[in-house]
Amino acid sequence: MSWTKDYFTSTIGRKFLMSITGLFLVFFLIEHLAGNLLLLLGDHGLTFNAYSDTMANNPIIRIVEIILFLSLIIHPVQALILTQRNRGARKTGYAVSKAGETSSWASRNMGILGSILFVFLVLHIANFFVSARFGDLGIDANGNKDIYTKVVDSFSMAWYSLFYIFCFLALGFHLIHGILSGFKTLGLSHKKYLPVVKSIGIILTVLFTIGFISIPAYFLINMII
Amino acid sequence: MNYTLKIWRQKNAADSGSFVSYKVENIDGETSFLEMMDVLNQQLVTRGEEPVAYDHDCREGVCGMCSMYINGRAHGPNELTTTCQLYMRHFKNGSTIIIEPWRAKPFPVIKDLMVDRSAFDRIQQAGAYISMNAGSAPDANNIMISKEAADAAFEAAECIGCGACVAACKNSSASLFVSAKLAQFALLPQGQVERYQRTLNMVQAMDAEGFGSCSNTSACEAECPKGISVKHIAMMNRDYLKATMCSEKVMS
Repeated sequence: MSWTKDYFTSTIGRKFLMSITGLFLVFFLIEHLAGNLLLLLGDHGLTFNAYSDTMANNPIIRIVEIILFLSLIIHPVQALILTQRNRGARKTGYAVSKAGETSSWASRNMGILGSILFVFLVLHIANFFVSARFGDLGIDANGNKDIYTKVVDSFSMAWYSLFYIFCFLALGFHLIHGILSGFKTLGLSHKKYLPVVKSIGIILTVLFTIGFISIPAYFLINMII
Repeated sequence: MNYTLKIWRQKNAADSGSFVSYKVENIDGETSFLEMMDVLNQQLVTRGEEPVAYDHDCREGVCGMCSMYINGRAHGPNELTTTCQLYMRHFKNGSTIIIEPWRAKPFPVIKDLMVDRSAFDRIQQAGAYISMNAGSAPDANNIMISKEAADAAFEAAECIGCGACVAACKNSSASLFVSAKLAQFALLPQGQVERYQRTLNMVQAMDAEGFGSCSNTSACEAECPKGISVKHIAMMNRDYLKATMCSEKVMS
């Protein structure tokens, strides 16, 4: 199977891996945001806890979860390998570079933005996923695991909410370039459809950024009032 | 007009190099950038100093020899312009102009502003050709080609191999160059026979030269003096995937 190795160790093959894992993660975010917005229903998290319980006990979701974690590993690992290669491709830099005139800031800083997101994910998964799945949380009025209280407790710390808002802004910048770039890397560039992909990318980015920020912002505002 | 030039001087590939400042005076706005460099070199020769080495050939914007990273931009500040077609009227009187060579590991500096771009030649040799029996000229219109296909292939074939795409890319990726060289054949019927083998060979040659990966920043398209589109990169990615997954050939 040397041909598969040849492909997946080539620069294009590595970008292909980053692209499919990245686009899968975008797909996942649609579901994640939809579920998380249940936090804002004002029913003390009963619906949110019921939803979390359904997700945790659905066998299909558990299988997809494996793909999700694989994506979360493959995407940054390939990014690191390629970044190292790309740095090696220019040992001496320019004394003056006006890269801002020819490319967007987000497209040139995907690595930094991605690193912020990686730190965020480690903290996010350690705090919410691990305690929701393996931790000893209480039970709500409907008998479901009370993850809502865990969320409220976490966001009762202002710095935690502010950190989340900062990371979601980084997510926005990461996706505004990433979604379109992912499609181009897969070779899905077509005169008719690329503008559609571009528009969907922008709409999703705005939805994710505002949607995810609304949750810590909601708890932050509640705390102030 | 008068200018202060900060030029990268490097004796040879082994030398570490540094910037040296020069003054040029009474330059007309209609003088091309390379002519201005000639004026400087004439001054240096008169003074008994070593002239600045830089690549140039046709001075008509079609050969791809002139390079130079001018004030932080490949081929200077103008779009769709090679250095030879850049005129001094675009630079403010009295300003300082910083001139550097292309910076990429696969483009090692030979001297001053000259870099070795033979990596591009080796990529071309890996597949940028079609195999055919050379006989008498075939009948015109023997192979039907639509106007759209001919135009699209010509658009890709406009690439002059100057290396501005690599110089401008934050990753020193040669994707725009390689994809243009692939597209000029892939868009024509004559290029179909070896299409996928060509893609495999040229992409592997590109990687072997040590160029970086494509992050789709599109800086290459913005800096390309011929306006080669990044859509060709998507086609290269698509063809490389097809060549790997669908071809029965196994690369050695």
